[in-house]
Amino acid sequence: MDAMPIGRMRSAGASFVLLMLFWVMLNGSLASDVLIVGAVASAAIALIYRDGLSIFTEARWTPAAIGATFGYIGYFLKELVKSNLHIAAVVLDPALPVHPGIVKVHTRLKSRMGRLLLANSITLTPGTLTVAIEDEWLYVHWVTMEAADQEEATRQIVAGFESYLEVMYG
Amino acid sequence: MADALITFAAVLAGLAFLLAMYRFVRGPRTFDRVVAFDVMTIVSITGIVLGAVVEERVVYLDVALVYALMSFLGVIVVARYLERGL
Amino acid sequence: MAAVLDILGGLLLVAGTTFLLLGGLGLVRMPDVYNRIQAGTKATTLGTLLTLAGAACLHPDWAIKLLLIGLFLLFTNPLSSQVLAHAAHREHVATTPATEVDLLDEETGEEA
Repeated sequence: MDAMPIGRMRSAGASFVLLMLFWVMLNGSLASDVLIVGAVASAAIALIYRDGLSIFTEARWTPAAIGATFGYIGYFLKELVKSNLHIAAVVLDPALPVHPGIVKVHTRLKSRMGRLLLANSITLTPGTLTVAIEDEWLYVHWVTMEAADQEEATRQIVAGFESYLEVMYG
Repeated sequence: MADALITFAAVLAGLAFLLAMYRFVRGPRTFDRVVAFDVMTIVSITGIVLGAVVEERVVYLDVALVYALMSFLGVIVVARYLERGL
Repeated sequence: MAAVLDILGGLLLVAGTTFLLLGGLGLVRMPDVYNRIQAGTKATTLGTLLTLAGAACLHPDWAIKLLLIGLFLLFTNPLSSQVLAHAAHREHVATTPATEVDLLDEETGEEA
C-alpha cells in the first residue's frame, strides 16, 4: 500500500473517531468486546472510504469554531421552533395564506460540508426549502415569499446561518 | 398523569398518521405520495418510541433507528428513480 | 423529582405529537407538492425531536440512544426533502398558480 498523504491520514483518523463514537452510542456500553469489534469495523470503513467520508471531517477545530458551533446550535433550534409556529399559523388559517416562490440566493461558503449544513438549515427554517444547489447558488422555495430580489432574499434566508458556518467550516 | 398524557400523545400521532394516509391515497402525483409516505414513516418512529416507553423495552429504540435509516434511504432511492429511472 | 420529570416528559410527548398532527394537516391542506414537503419536513422534525426529548424525560437511561435517533433525523430529514423537491422540480411537477416567481425554472427551463 502506498504511503498515505498527511491530509488523508487525518481525514481517515477523523472518520474513525466519528464511526467509533456512533458505535459506542449505539451500543451504550464500553465493554472490551464491544470496543474491539467497533475499532476493527471503524478502522476498516475509515480506510476504505478515506475520501468519501472527508465531507464529515472538514470542520475546523479552533476555539472560535467550537464557540460558533454552540452559537449555531442555539440559533438553529430557535429557528426550527419559529419555523414550526410559522407553518402552523399558515396551515390553521382558514384562508391558507400562501404566496410561494422559488428564489435564488448566494452563499460565501466554500466547503461542501458548510454548504450541506446551510442547505439543511434553510430547509428547517421558517417557510424555506432548498430545492437545488449549484456551486455558490442555492434555489430556495419560499412559502410566504417576501423578496424575489436576490440580495434581499440572501440577507433574509442565508445571512443568519452563514455567519456561524463561515467560522465553523469556511 | 403521565400515562394519560402518553395516551393522548398516541391519539394525536394516530390522527397525524391518518391525515398523511389521506394524502397518500389522494395523491394526485407520485411525489405527493412519496411525501405522505415519508411523513407516515416518521410518525411511525414516534409510535415506536411511544411503544418503547409504554412497554419499557429499550430494544424498540433500535427498531426505531433502523426504521429512520430505511425511511431516509427509501425516499432517496424513490426520488432518484422518479428523476431518471435509476 | 421523578414525578416532575414524568409530567414534563408527558407534556413534551403531547407537544411533539401536536406538531406531527399540524404537519399532517399541512400535508392535506397545502396546494402543491413543494408546500406539502415544507409542511411535512418541518413539522415531523420538530415533532419527533420533542417526542424523543419526552421519552428521555420518562426514561433518562435511554437518553443517549434517543439522542442518536434525534441527530440522525436532524441530518437526514431535510436532506431527503431536498432530494425529493429537486426531483419533483426536474420532472416539472407544477407549482400552485399562487406561485409568484420560479427563478430555477427560468434558468434551467430550456434544457429540459
